[in-house]
Order: sequence, then C-alpha cells, then structure tokens
Amino acid sequence: MNKVIDYQPKTLLQQLNWQDWLYAILLVAGAVFAYAKYANYMDIYEVVFLFGAAVVFSYLGWQWKALGKLVIGVAVISLFSISLYHGEQARATQTFLLKFLICSQSAIMWMNVLFVLAMVTYWFAMFKRSVFAGSVATALTWSAALMGFVGLMVRWYESYLIAPEVGHIPISNLYEVFILFCLITALLYLHYEKNFNTKQLGGFVLLVINAAVGFILWYTFDRQANNIQPLVPALQSYWMKIHVPANFIGYGAFSLAASVSAAYLLANKGILASRLPKLEVLDDLMYKSIAVGFAFFTIATILGAIWAAEAWGGYWSWDPKETWALIVWLNYAAWLHLRMVKGLRGPVLAWWALIGLIVTTFAFLGVNMFLSGLHSYGTL
Amino acid sequence: MSSMRFAVSMLSVLGIASIIGTVLKQNEPYSNYIIKFGQFWFGFFEALGLYDVYHSSWFLLILLFLITSCSLCIYRNSPLMVKEWRTFKEQATEKSLNAFSHQEIYTVSALENQNLANTKQQLLMFLKAKGFKYKFKTQTDGSELIAAKAGTHQRLGYIFTHSAMVIIFFGGLLDGNLPFKVQEMLGVKHIETRDIPGSKVPAISRLSTNNPSFRGNMTLPEGSSDNVAFVRVRDGYLVQELPFRVALKDFRIEHYATGQPKSFESDIVITDSDLKAPLTKTISVNHPLTYKGVAIYQSDFQDGGTKLNFKVWNLLAKNNATQKLDGAIFQKGILGADVNGAGANAVKVEYNDFRKFNIINLSADGKGKPHNVGPNITYKLRDAQGQAREYVTYMQPMQIDGKYYFISGMRETVQEDFLYLRLPVDDDLSINGFMNLRAILLDQANFEEIAHRLAQNVAAKNKAPDGKALPLNKPFENSVVQLLKNFAKGGYNEVAQVIEKNVPEKEREVAAKAYIKMINLAAFEAYNMGLAANKKPLLVNNAETQALIQDCLNGFSDMFFYGTPYFLQLENFEHKEASGLQLTKSPGEKWVYLGSALLVLGIFSMLYIRERRIWLLLKPSSNQVHFGMSSNRKNLDFEQEFSLYREQIRNLVVSK
Repeated sequence: MNKVIDYQPKTLLQQLNWQDWLYAILLVAGAVFAYAKYANYMDIYEVVFLFGAAVVFSYLGWQWKALGKLVIGVAVISLFSISLYHGEQARATQTFLLKFLICSQSAIMWMNVLFVLAMVTYWFAMFKRSVFAGSVATALTWSAALMGFVGLMVRWYESYLIAPEVGHIPISNLYEVFILFCLITALLYLHYEKNFNTKQLGGFVLLVINAAVGFILWYTFDRQANNIQPLVPALQSYWMKIHVPANFIGYGAFSLAASVSAAYLLANKGILASRLPKLEVLDDLMYKSIAVGFAFFTIATILGAIWAAEAWGGYWSWDPKETWALIVWLNYAAWLHLRMVKGLRGPVLAWWALIGLIVTTFAFLGVNMFLSGLHSYGTL
Repeated sequence: MSSMRFAVSMLSVLGIASIIGTVLKQNEPYSNYIIKFGQFWFGFFEALGLYDVYHSSWFLLILLFLITSCSLCIYRNSPLMVKEWRTFKEQATEKSLNAFSHQEIYTVSALENQNLANTKQQLLMFLKAKGFKYKFKTQTDGSELIAAKAGTHQRLGYIFTHSAMVIIFFGGLLDGNLPFKVQEMLGVKHIETRDIPGSKVPAISRLSTNNPSFRGNMTLPEGSSDNVAFVRVRDGYLVQELPFRVALKDFRIEHYATGQPKSFESDIVITDSDLKAPLTKTISVNHPLTYKGVAIYQSDFQDGGTKLNFKVWNLLAKNNATQKLDGAIFQKGILGADVNGAGANAVKVEYNDFRKFNIINLSADGKGKPHNVGPNITYKLRDAQGQAREYVTYMQPMQIDGKYYFISGMRETVQEDFLYLRLPVDDDLSINGFMNLRAILLDQANFEEIAHRLAQNVAAKNKAPDGKALPLNKPFENSVVQLLKNFAKGGYNEVAQVIEKNVPEKEREVAAKAYIKMINLAAFEAYNMGLAANKKPLLVNNAETQALIQDCLNGFSDMFFYGTPYFLQLENFEHKEASGLQLTKSPGEKWVYLGSALLVLGIFSMLYIRERRIWLLLKPSSNQVHFGMSSNRKNLDFEQEFSLYREQIRNLVVSK
C-alpha cells in the first residue's frame, strides 16, 4: 500500500504549512478589522467584495507563494506610507520617505523606473545567456509590481484625504487603469515565467508594459493626469470594482499572448531561436494566455452589461466601447475556434494573436481617442 | 452552414460590420448627416441604414446567419458530445491501443491469479487517486481492459457556450424593435416627424401599454407630470403610452467642492389606479426604479423654464437709461418695439438655455484648475428680417488675469465660435462706470468740455519760461473734438480708417500713437465727469486707472461689433429644472443574463477542464500491461501528464 503515497496528488489543504495559514488569517483579520471600522460606509456588495478579496487572495497566495509575499509586502508598505501622512495630503511633498519613495506619485514613478530596468536586464540576460541576470530581471519586475500596487493603494487613501466624498478606488480613469494594466500584465507574465521557466520572454512582455509606462509618463508630465479627480455620477457604483479589474485581466492576458506570439514568430524564422523557449512551449503559452484573457474578458463584458442596465437603462446600447469589446471578443472567439476545433497551430495563429493586440489596443485606447460615446470618462 | 469555416467567417463579418457603427456616429438628427455628407450621399447612406446600423435589416440578417449556424452546430454535434461525455470507450482493443501515439507496454513477472487481482487493484486505486472514473471489460482472449476517463464535462462546455449564444440572441431579439419593423412594413404604424405635443400624436404613431419592450425618454420640468414616453426612431419618434403617470417633484444636482457634478437626483411620484397611495421615490444615476416592469432611469437634465429678470442697456444710446425685461427659458420676448408690439426696430428675444453652473478653465496657459464662474444664459436676438444672432451672457463678472469683466459672447451661426465682449467692472463690481463713460463718449455735447479740460491739463504742465500759464490752444481743442467724434462713430476701428485716409503712410504709426494717447487722456477725463455727475470720488491717474480706462476703451470699440445695441444684464433668476428620464421595458434581459451565466460556465468548462482517457490492458497470457492514453486536445500539459503517469504506473506494476 505504501506505493500509493508516490502518486497520490496532495490536495491543496494538505500542502499548506503554518505560514500559509498565518497568511490567510492575516488577510481575514484585515478584512474583519476593515469591516468593524468602516462597515457603516459600505453597502452589502462592498462587504461581499471585502471578504471575497480576503478569500480570493488567500487562495491565490496558497497556489502561488510569491504572490502571497507580494500581497503582504504591499500591505505593509502601504500601511507604513499611510501612517506617515498623519491625515494630511501636504505631507506627501514634505516628508522625506513619502516624497522620494512611497507617496503614491513617487511609488508609481519607481514602478516606471523599475519596469524600464527590468526590461533592459531581461534583454541583457537573454543575449548573455546569463541565469543570474535573468533572476535579477525577475526580481526587478516583482519590485516594480510591488511599488505599483503600493502607489495605487496609497493613491486610494490620498483620494480620501482630498475629501471623503471624493475618495474612490483608483481604477476610474485612463491614467489609473494604465497602471493597473502594467501590473496585471506583469503578474500574469511572472506566473507563467515560474510555471514554464521562460525568463527569455521577459524582454518581449516588458516591451508592451514599457509602452504603457511611456504613456503614463507622457500623460503625467504633459497632461497632469496624475491629479486625482472626483468620480462622475455614472461611475459611482460598486460594479466598477469588479468590471474594470476583470477587463484588465483580459487586456493584460491578450497583451501577454501578443508578446509571446512575437517571440514565436521570431523563433519560427530562426531568429533568437537558440535563446528562446521551444516552439511548443511558446505555442502553449500563447494558448493559455488567450484562454485566460478570453474567459475574463467575457466576464468583464457581462459585468459591464449588467452595470449598463443599471446605469444607462439597457444592457447593450451599441456604444462604441461596447461594440469594440464585442469585436475583440469575436476576434479571440474565432482564434479559439480555429485552434480548438480545427487544431490549427503555428505562425498563422501567432500572427493573429499579434494583430489581435492592435484590435485590443484600439478597443482600450483608440475608442477613447477617436470615437465618442457613453464611455467618455476615459478620454485623453 | 454548420461548418467551421462558415462560423469563423460569420464571426469576422459581424466584427467588421460592427465597426461601421462605431466610426459613424449613430442616431444623430438627420440634419447633421445632411450637413456632413451632402444631400446625395445622405440619401445613399440612409438607404444603407448606416445611421442606425445595429437595427438595420442587413445587420439583423448577419446575426441571423450566425445564430442559425450556431444552432445547426448544436443540432449536429450535441448528440456526439453527449455520447463522448458518457462513454468510457471500453470497446478499445489491443489493436487500437497499438495505434496510439501515447502508449507504453510494461512486462510484468507473473500476471496471474492473485498477482493479477493485486495489480488490477493497484491500478484502480491509482486511477481513483488521479480522479479518473473507470469501467472493465474482459476481452475475448481473457485479458482484462480497464477503460477510464476524466474531465469529460469539458464536452458539456461546447453545448453550454453555443446554446448560450442562441439564448442571448433570443433575449436581444425580444428587446429589439423587430415587432415595430414588421408593423411598419405592414403599414399599421409609422413614425411621427412633426414637433407636436405627445397628446396630439395620432394613434398610428402611438404604442399601447401592451407593447412588450421599449426604450423611451421623457423630459419632465419640476412640478409637471406625464404618462407617455418618446421613442426615437430614425428622424422621428413614436409615443409610448405608459400604464401609470410620472410626476417630477424636484430635481437636484449636487457638486463637489471643485464644481464637478457629484450626483443627479429626481424625486418622482408615480400615480396609478392600481396604487392605493402615490408611490414616491428618489432615483439617481445607477439607482433606477422599476415599477410594473418599466425601469425608470435618471438619464439627463435640462432647463425647465427658468424665469429671468434682465436690465437691458442700449449700448449705442447717448444716455445710460435702462429698461426691465422679464422672460423665461423656451419663451420669447421683444425689444425696441413700438406700442403695437412691432416696428422696424423690433428685435425678438428667444431665451434658449440657462445654466446655473459653468466650470471653465480661465488660466492663461490652460493648466490651472477649472472652476465655477456662475450662471449664464443663452439667447437669440432675431431682427425683423428673421436674421438671428446667438448670444451667451454670464451673470457674474469673471476674473481674467486678475481683473474682473462682464462677459458676453456673440456668434452669427452655430458653426462659429463666440466672439466675446469684455466689459470691465468698477470697484463695486458693477458695470455702471463703463456705461457712464460709454454714454459720455457717445454724446457730442460733451466733447467741447473734454477737449477744454485736456487743453487745460496740457497748459498746466507746460508753463511758459516766465512761469505764466500758456494761452489755451484752440486748434488743439478742435482736433480733440474731431477725434472724439470719429471715435464715437466706431471706436478704434473708425479712428484707424480716418488715419489711413488722411495721414501719409510714413507718419501713420506716430499719428496713431498720438491719437491713442489722446483718446486715453480724454476717456480719463470723461470717466471722472461721469463720476462727478454721480457724486462719486474721482479717479487718480495711476497705472491701475490707466488699465481700467484701456479696458473700457477696448470694450467701447468692441461693442460696435456686438451685432446689437442691446446688452442684456441678467439681474435675477428663478431656477427651474427639467429631468430627463429614460423608461425601458426589456423582457429579454433575464434571458440575456441566463445566456451569459451559461456562457461563462461553458467557457470555463471548455478551457479549464481537460478531457483525458486511459486504457489499461492486463494480458496474463503474455505477462504484459498495456497502457494507452489520449486526449482530445494535445498540448504540453498532456505530454507532461503522460510522462508522469507512464513512470508512476511502471513503479506500480513492474516489481523491483
């Protein structure tokens, strides 16, 4: 009978050690604390989200230990940063640590810098075939994610310092969601990097992320988009807290798929082939990211429809943003049909995924720039 | 039509067709399209249904094709999927196992009796631990086959996703305008294009309360009520009757400290014979009210007939007499009429819009923070010939570069930007100082006096060498009077024309400078004359005063381009708002949500449940165990799993 132990896969609960339990208890305790203190300001949905978040992040942290560490890191640094404010917005530019490191604006700037460094290091690691440099690049990406999330958390707090009525989750305009996009894409990549050991792809994925970083910088310095604006009435809804993140998991995953497809196309032509992962691995990664993206994009679109029914009087109004969401959805639906039913593989699908990024980018950014409609909060 | 190629083509065609409606703004008033495309292309695009792509027949046809294809796929493939879902494929034989790409044959020491039973037991425990379900089959040659499967629920994903699409389409169809389209084609209904009250619309353009689905709008001024909604269709509308009456008690806009709107709320009262007492409820954006299956949303707002009180100045009059004018938004008034209410100089005033809050960025570089500059009023002045100019006038003075001005804009057509008249204010933020100066500078009777004062000043400054005052310079005085006469005719522009006509080109700049200086000095004297007449303290000539005088003179010159002598100063208002409500009835909504839930379920089953099958053939005759594995989707996960199982089974069956 002792042979059984060899192959019996452990269930998740069996794999947990005391650190995992401590982590989960901390999250739940945090949620209980927040509930005890702020329950009066929350509606039932927000209470569900609060405890839901504790459960979801416990589960994610159990499945992926590094993410758990990130969650703890973000919590500790954000709370520390918040404690330095003493409830005064002005201290963001007066206190040394806040001004240069962890006020929301500085943390976001550090995120930008770290993403640039990570990209350079990933490419260096690939050309030099350096394992060490690869690990440094991974660490830099994690640090960027850490600073980015701290930036968003502190920004959330800062919005309440402006006025309690102004306070809102920082995923309400183009500036904020671009940060979210960078962070989610980075995390998705790090997850696959761990599972597939594909540090060579980091440079490709960070190209897309750094394009977004470039946008954030332009948007900050040219348009002062980093200033916190109060929410327009249409956005004052708990739906935003799930619709927007779900959407950006979709966008992030599609971007990741496009980065991988670029690597695939190069490797397929023999360029960098010896440095890049095998074609099967790239192909599989491409499929997996599109699958994640498609699933979350579907959920996001449905959540959007339910929200629209509540705010605009109809679940579908053929608003340009809605229509482009449909186009993106149809595009990847066709991609998945070809791959799953036809069993199609190879460069055609890689090209399709790459061009899919253009469609996705238009839906995400182009609609706001060139077309008008109900989703006008994201205008440039 | 159920082919893969067709389905993917339809997905692409639908995607491309959808783009059209995002590029061309949909459901605009038809006049906008005519201006944009011209009459010929307008008609062409209208025939193609491009102004409402998503409700056009051809778009519906694409959807219909897609859904038919989808339904055929379900019809054809579902039995197969169900079969795959249930079967263990225990008919597999050694021959078919040999054909597998993923297989392994283990040679075992002795596979009989007790040993056979043990091995079988071990393998079954293995399969169970891995989450496989299994079935036995004894082969004709006495060998035993274990057929196992896991993750076959994936097959249900196919049925779920595809039926979800059909259900969503069905829900959408219920909420679409297909019934009206059919009625319109049969001639039972047609749209109303005239601008008439809802109650006057004939029955052929009315939809009864039995209409299962609609999406209409209703504009209610505060204190009024209605029981119909208007449904926009192409360049007209339909009247949707409601099974109840909606009244608006109050509409409120709340603002953040920065001036941006924070909330729009309407207090509405529903009266219905089925209700014992009227139903009172506050609705706001994101918080609609549903009554009798009709959802009532806060959609927009507009003016509901705000009452206005004006002080009207005649800019070109030689006095500063004013008259009172009362009006209300959406109403008309008259100015300059004779006793009969008409006359060649009569001007009609059409009050179009009143806005209580106006958030404007007034900083010079555009980087400062926008803030609220207070109420403004938009109106048209139409002369006897029917020519109209549009005006926008702000009630309170605006701060521009540290100084305050009354602002009023004028434009001749809607395509143009407003040209703004900026009138400077006094110390007490009133417009009177400017108006007094204007009246004095327009009245020739004052020019001698002004010229005389200027001459005295000049004489006082330039004393003769012996200390005696110089005699007054009569020609100088005359030229000042002449200059003021020209200035009164048309401001700087008139003076410039006089210079151009009378002064040689070389000397023009010098002359212009001298004239401008003289006008400034004259205006300073005139301003003080005005103050003296009103028994107010006189201005001292300093930089601040000079800036004020300069602003006054600019305003004076610009008023000749204002297009009307009437300057309407808003003194008081009684704000009345109207709330824009959207009323919808969508029986398809629950179907769409059902379909959506099914879609998500299906997608997750299809993408994240992996179907795998394992066959284990125990052959006592040859002391062999034959392991075969397959999956309907071959990918890396499958390869890894196969390699792992191959070794784990080897450990189990091959005794060391």
